[in-house]
Amino acid sequence: MVQSTGRKRFLSVEQANGLKMISPTATYATLLLAVPLVLIFAYSFMTDSYLTILGNFQWCNYYGACASFKTVDGVLTPLQPYQGVWSDPLAQTLLMRSLYVSLSVTAATVLLSFPVAYHISFHVDASKKSIWLFLITIPFWTSYLIRVFLWLAILGYNGVVNTALLTLGLISEPLTFIVYSANAVVITLAHAYAPFAILPIFVALEKIDRSLLEAGRDLGESPFMTFLRVTLPLAIPGVISAIMIVFIPTVGDYVTPALIGGPEGKMIANLVQLEYLKLDNYPLGSATAISSMLMVAVTLISGLALSRLFARVYGNLSGSVPWAIAVIGSLLVIVGFAAACWAAGWLIGPFVAKFLCVAIGHIGLLFVLKLTEAKR
Amino acid sequence: MKGFAKGGGFRVYAIVYLLFLYAPILLLPMFAFNDAAIVAFPLSGFTTKWFGTLWLEQSLWDSARNSLLVGVSASIAATILGIFAARASTRYEFPGKAGLLGMIMLPLVLPEIILAVALLVLLLGIGMPLSLFTVTMGHVLICTPFSIAILSAAFQSLDKSLEEAAYDLGETPITAFGLVILPLVMPGIISSLLICFTISLDEFIMAFFLSGTDSTLPVYIFSQVRFPQKVPVIMALGTILVLLSIALLTTAEYFRRRGIAKTGGKDTGGFL
Repeated sequence: MVQSTGRKRFLSVEQANGLKMISPTATYATLLLAVPLVLIFAYSFMTDSYLTILGNFQWCNYYGACASFKTVDGVLTPLQPYQGVWSDPLAQTLLMRSLYVSLSVTAATVLLSFPVAYHISFHVDASKKSIWLFLITIPFWTSYLIRVFLWLAILGYNGVVNTALLTLGLISEPLTFIVYSANAVVITLAHAYAPFAILPIFVALEKIDRSLLEAGRDLGESPFMTFLRVTLPLAIPGVISAIMIVFIPTVGDYVTPALIGGPEGKMIANLVQLEYLKLDNYPLGSATAISSMLMVAVTLISGLALSRLFARVYGNLSGSVPWAIAVIGSLLVIVGFAAACWAAGWLIGPFVAKFLCVAIGHIGLLFVLKLTEAKR
Repeated sequence: MKGFAKGGGFRVYAIVYLLFLYAPILLLPMFAFNDAAIVAFPLSGFTTKWFGTLWLEQSLWDSARNSLLVGVSASIAATILGIFAARASTRYEFPGKAGLLGMIMLPLVLPEIILAVALLVLLLGIGMPLSLFTVTMGHVLICTPFSIAILSAAFQSLDKSLEEAAYDLGETPITAFGLVILPLVMPGIISSLLICFTISLDEFIMAFFLSGTDSTLPVYIFSQVRFPQKVPVIMALGTILVLLSIALLTTAEYFRRRGIAKTGGKDTGGFL
């Protein structure tokens, strides 16, 4: 890049060296990450034909009736009809369940991990911090498959939980709803991603200047208010990265729902796998994968927008604890929304549930906004 | 009372939390040495026969060899790519830096299934047959961000004046890198190699989607857990794998800390 005269004028030697240095890694990531991602996006608009892909543009992998084609006697004929992702009840159920599971996992891991990160950052001696972090990260790196499978032994019919509860006389027969269900998937994933949630929160807490806390105390705040008004707002960047780092990968988790989800706990990744490896329908598989990522993006963006909104409203109110309330508030809205959808789907039929879900969600949001406006 | 105020409650909570994290790993050896064909309580007696069965399983040895091959190649390739990126991100400022690094670090947050199907589509698109090589390509993609995270910490704490001193003494950028910088970040490199190997050894989705007829250890385990009679054997295998991972990670942690101490940096703790 130094040689190309056109660029030389715009880049200093230092900048050119930096670009040169990063180019091998960047090239690898472009070829094996960016290009493939663009490719599946393109595939999701194409037509499936037996072992090949027809390069025409169509929407039906996402919405409406679609078909796989096959050349019979030299003529291209529609052979296998199927529904697009957003018209297929199964895909919808799996998308909603993935969202519910992954939001529950995110809420559980972040809320349960925060006190641990706080403890390590504020109460543990500096010399012992890295041993604590090391102990927390070890389970994360060890044999994911086996760990998932062991949850069967813990939650199963003759598992640890049931045996313990039976011995204690708390239940008269083994609980069956905790295994082969979405709940089992939530517990297992919350366990698997716990270390991932602790680390970013810990890093954010470590960056907090301890003299700010003393200042808070000196100005007459109680320890709890100091935590609420100084520590928590400063820890929010860590909480946000913890949310992202747990929420995004769990939506697409394959192993846990496949091994311990049972038929009632399957998630969207299991459908993607089926469409790619069993049905060999790459356009539909790509559309499903893209849809799940779209769902993740919409949820994250609306979640962040909501917390912004809360922050602004409360910031205008009095300037006190804006971020804390914002995040807790928006988390409550999102979790409440997911819980409402799930509960409604469980009580009534799926169509009514979906309608109720949207209605309750919107009314709830409007109500909260109105409430905050009135206070102002 | 003072102890409680200084986080006694938090301490108890953190220890309970740690026990929760370790619960499955602590159960693993119980079932591996349990003399019963089903994985359930109550335990019925001590045996080492599952380890004996393991020893005679030919397909296990094949997949172990495949995993070793993939793990070693992926960790070396990822660490080399990691060195370039970590050096670029800590030493230079250049246009597009945040964007490029963001793209390289993306596999850290993207669901693996998305990465796997995207790579699958690309490989079949260019007509490359699935093999252990394609699995390795996928593993390099996943391991590189972790390698960068570890190596950035090592490069970050490097004193720039050491490099300048080498230039003043007549070294070229390449020899200065080899004689001064490389020895200083060597513990970080070893740590990165070990972590990448551990990740590759444990990685399932990429291996599941991108391997042809040769399977790696996780793919082998996944194919076996469907047969109830194989489960105790898998528990035995799991015990060995967990011990191996802990040994690798402890060594990695040792080198990571030594690396940071060597370059005079402050230990911020953790691999991320």
